[in-house]
Amino acid sequence: MATVDDLKFQEFDDAANLLAANPDATTISIDEPAEIPKNQHGRLQEPGREEDDELLGTDDSDKTELLAGQKKSAPFWTFEYYQTFFDVDTYQVLDRIKGSVFPVPGKNFVRLYIRSNPDLYGPFWICATLVFTIAVSGNLSNFFIHLGKPTYHYVPEFRKVSIAATTIYAYAWLVPLALWGFLVWRNSKVMNIVSYSFLEIVCVYGYSLFIYIPTAILWIIPQNMVRWVLMMFSLCLSGSVLVMTFWPAVRDDNRRIALATVGTIVLLHALLAVGCLAYFFDAPELDFPASINPDHNGTTVIIESW
Amino acid sequence: MAAAEGSGAAGPLFAGLADVSISEDIPVEGEITVPVGSRSPDEDYSTLDEPVRDTIMRDLKAVGKKFVHVMYPKKSSALLRDWDLWGPLVLCVSLALMLQGGSADSKDDGGPQFAEVFVIIWFGAVVITLNSKLLGGTISFFQSLCVLGYCVLPLTVAMLVCRLVLLAGSGTISFIIRLIVVVAMFGWSTLASTAFLADSQPPNRKALVVYPIFLFYFVISWMILTFTPQ
Repeated sequence: MATVDDLKFQEFDDAANLLAANPDATTISIDEPAEIPKNQHGRLQEPGREEDDELLGTDDSDKTELLAGQKKSAPFWTFEYYQTFFDVDTYQVLDRIKGSVFPVPGKNFVRLYIRSNPDLYGPFWICATLVFTIAVSGNLSNFFIHLGKPTYHYVPEFRKVSIAATTIYAYAWLVPLALWGFLVWRNSKVMNIVSYSFLEIVCVYGYSLFIYIPTAILWIIPQNMVRWVLMMFSLCLSGSVLVMTFWPAVRDDNRRIALATVGTIVLLHALLAVGCLAYFFDAPELDFPASINPDHNGTTVIIESW
Repeated sequence: MAAAEGSGAAGPLFAGLADVSISEDIPVEGEITVPVGSRSPDEDYSTLDEPVRDTIMRDLKAVGKKFVHVMYPKKSSALLRDWDLWGPLVLCVSLALMLQGGSADSKDDGGPQFAEVFVIIWFGAVVITLNSKLLGGTISFFQSLCVLGYCVLPLTVAMLVCRLVLLAGSGTISFIIRLIVVVAMFGWSTLASTAFLADSQPPNRKALVVYPIFLFYFVISWMILTFTPQ
C-alpha cells in the first residue's frame, strides 16, 4: 500500500548529481541532429569536465539553439531553403571574421560564433577574395622582383587565376567533405560529445582562410625571411582555430586516430599555404636563371604544338 | 403543347397583372444610350505596322537613356523598371574585344582571353545577383543584371582611354595616367551601381551586398590596368 509520501510529487535530481551518486549507472543519450541533446551530452558526463562546457559554449547558447532549431524547414528545391544559409547580418559576419583572426584559447569557434546558424556567405566570398588577392599579389610581387631587368616583359599571368580558384575552392569544400565523412564514420563507432554538421565544418574552414588575405598582400614584400615568418604566423592563427574546433570532436576516440586527424588537418592547411607561396610568388633571390628558363620552355612548347 | 399548357397554368397566376397600369402622373424619363466602342485613346497600338526604323530607334533611345543615367547616377527608377540586357551585352563584348591582343609570349601568361572576360563579367554579375537575392533583397534577377551590366560603362570608357594612351607610349607617365583613369572609373562604377542597388537591400546587410560588387569591379579594373599590348 503506497504511503502518502510515495504519492507526493518528487523532484528528480539533476542528471549529473544522480550520476555522481551512482557512477556505474548506465546512461542513455540520444544522438539527434537537433542541438538540444548535445547540451545533455555535456551534462551527462562527470561534472569535473568544465572545460568541455566552455569549449562547447553551452552556457549561454541554449536559447539561441532552441530558437534556431525551428528553421530550415523548406524543401531543398525551393529558393527559401538556400536563403536560410544566408541569414546573417553584417555585424555577425564581422564577428565571425574577428573570431577566426583572434582565436580565444579555450573557446570553440563553432559553438561561440556559429551557434547553429552556419552561413555560406562567409566561406564563398572569403574564398573568392583570397583567389583574386593571391593572383593579384603574386603578379605584383613578380613585377617588382623583376622590375629592373632588361629581359623582363610584364605579363598579367591571367591563367593563374583559374588555377588559384580551383585550388582554393577545392580545399574549402572537399576537405570539409572528407573530414565530415570521417567524423560521421567515427561517430558510428565511438560515441563522441560533439558532432558538427557539414555546413558548420565548411563555415569553419572558410572563415579560417581569412587570415591568408592580408598575408597574401604582405607577401608582396620580396624578402624570403619576411614571407616565411608571415606564413608561420598566419598558419598558427588559423591552424589553432581549426584545432580548437576539431579537438573536442575526436578527443574521445582512440588516441592515435585523434592525433592523426588533427595532424592531417594542420598538415593540409600548411600545404595550402606553402603551395600558394611557392607557385604564385617567385622567389626573390633566383634572378637570372629563372628569367631565362621560361623563355626556353616557351619556345619548346610552341614548337611542339605545331 | 407544353407552352400552351404552361401559359394555361400561368394564366391564373398573372391574371391580376393585366389590371396594373402605370398612372400617368409619374414621369418616366431618361436616356438609353449604348456606348458604342469609339476606342478613342489608342493605348495598345500595334507595333507591327510601324517602320523598322522606329522600332530600332525606340530601343536605341532606351539604351542611350540608361547610359546617361549611369554616367550621372541619380536615384531614378528608370534603370530598374524597364530593364534590358542590350546595353550590358554591347559593353561586355566591346570590353572583351578591347582586352584582346594582350601580350602572349605563351598562352599561359597572357592576359585574359575573350571567353574569360565574357565569363567573368556575366558569371560575376549572376553570382552577385544571386547573392543579393539570397540575402533578402527585393530586386528582381534581371533588373540586377541590367544595373550591373550598365555600370560597366565607365570601365569600358577607361579601357578606351587606356588603349589610346598606350598608343602614345608605355612608360611610367602613361602608367600613372592609366592608373588614375582606371581608379577614377572604378570608383564611378561602384558608386553608380551601389546607388541603384543598395536601396533594395535590408538595411543591416547593405555592406554584405556592396562588397561583392566592389570585388567584381576591382577584378575588371585589374584586367584593364594590366593590359599590355604585344
